[in-house]
Amino acid sequence: MNASLTIAKRDFAGYFNTPWGHAVIAAILLVDGLLFNAYALGNSAKYSTDVLNEFFYFSAGTTMIASVILTMRLFAEEKSEGTLLVLDTSPVTDAQIVWGKFLAGFGVIALLTLLTVYMPALIFVNGKVSLGQIAAGYIGLLALGGATVAIGVWSSSLTPNQYVAGAVGGIVVVLFLLAWMLARIADPPFEAVLSYSALYDRHYQPFSKGEINTESLIFFASMTGLFLLFSTRNLAGRRWK
Amino acid sequence: MIEVQGLSRYYGRHRAVDGLDFSIDSNQVVGFLGLNGAGKTTTLKVLAGVLMPTAGTVKIDGHDLNDAPIALRSQIGFLPETPPLHADMRVRDFLEYVAELRGMSAEATKARLGIVAEQTEITDVLDRVVSTLSHGYRKRVGIAQAILHQPKLVILDEPISGLDPAQIVEMRQIISGLAQDCTVLLSSHILAEVSQTCDRILVLSEGRIVADGTEAELSARVQGGAGIRLTVRGTTESVSATLDDNESVEKWNVEATNGDVLTLGVTLTGDHREAVVKALSDAGLGIRSLSGDDSELETVFLDLTRVEAT
Repeated sequence: MNASLTIAKRDFAGYFNTPWGHAVIAAILLVDGLLFNAYALGNSAKYSTDVLNEFFYFSAGTTMIASVILTMRLFAEEKSEGTLLVLDTSPVTDAQIVWGKFLAGFGVIALLTLLTVYMPALIFVNGKVSLGQIAAGYIGLLALGGATVAIGVWSSSLTPNQYVAGAVGGIVVVLFLLAWMLARIADPPFEAVLSYSALYDRHYQPFSKGEINTESLIFFASMTGLFLLFSTRNLAGRRWK
Repeated sequence: MIEVQGLSRYYGRHRAVDGLDFSIDSNQVVGFLGLNGAGKTTTLKVLAGVLMPTAGTVKIDGHDLNDAPIALRSQIGFLPETPPLHADMRVRDFLEYVAELRGMSAEATKARLGIVAEQTEITDVLDRVVSTLSHGYRKRVGIAQAILHQPKLVILDEPISGLDPAQIVEMRQIISGLAQDCTVLLSSHILAEVSQTCDRILVLSEGRIVADGTEAELSARVQGGAGIRLTVRGTTESVSATLDDNESVEKWNVEATNGDVLTLGVTLTGDHREAVVKALSDAGLGIRSLSGDDSELETVFLDLTRVEAT
């Protein structure tokens, strides 16, 4: 675990050593702020709970986009620049490397999520919302972020081209988003599998409404674990190619 | 120290390394010599634990690559042809990161960093960002990261590629210094480099070892003798009287004369340089210089890689 934390610290700092990480985080926060003002608050009177619900609705979108963009470089850049050899020749396991990368990506997403707290806090100025709904929403956002970061880590482990990695990660996330639509046209048992896999529709929505759904937490944790396992497999495979 | 048996490595259907067998003792500098595509880099990557062998075994300091890859990697420092440096980090931060990855404590890292920085002559750039360093300094930082954790084996892939003549001389000194503490394996396709730096040369061709020995041994194997060039003060007659019936000398000729100074090309029957020098000296000839014959070394290399591979 120490090696994972070492890798995570370096990669987390790496986001802020170049303008790139700052630019992505600033852009996502800007979009979040604009959407909160234009979409969640809007021009008409709304219940505070609806404002919060809509905040968590678009925040899910920006979190998923940020996850894919921020993670696409994690392995791809190291492969293209040859720095993966530092890890390859160190006495660390492939699982430790993958966990380190995941923790770095998830750390940035968590920071990004934390920086949006001022928006729900603004609701208190003219309205009243339950702290429980806010907490549940943020738990959902972090769980969703964890799963999509894991998808990003996996797609980044596939290729040395970070744009290809971003595209693959984006496509996979979209497929999980649209799983509920695919479930409508699929036959059993795939219909049940696709319905269960619906990232947003089935598993995230309850959190945005203030419900902490254990089944969905297990789903997000399983998805995170599964894609990290796939990433470890990919990474191990490179020594045999 | 290093034991390799039946090592083969395929990339898909392409056979890059084919059944290598060799062993290397501690504190030797061993060079892998071969043309591009001979299998040098693949061999070094397998020894460094970056690639797994398709067949065969690799043991370093008793650790088997197949059974204990993590333990094996802890004994190794590796510098690939392009140093694996994070361009966005300061040199000091990068080296501390590498040390932490290799399980060194903060105190040990602090103590070792100064020694390694001095050894690789990077003390002046420790606080500079890697992206601002010249190629020569990047190579040195690359060596620093490879030796920071005091590995028993340091592997350097084409360590002088891209360096200017002054940097090459400095790099040779650094490599020679490394052998005091560990075994050094390096690869090159530059003959002079390998012959000047290494105690032993393994010549690779098409994934196989086609020759193994010192420069003189390899030369003797191909040509029946090692070539040297001597500059002596004396007469052709006295040289002739000394070398004509000398068992150490296969043939000799006068390549140039400058007054009473003669430049001799001498082919030895083996590595008998000391004996020849002593004979000439005993005959009253003044030895002014002795050097290896690089043109003959070129021939040896080409003969080994062309002929023995067929």
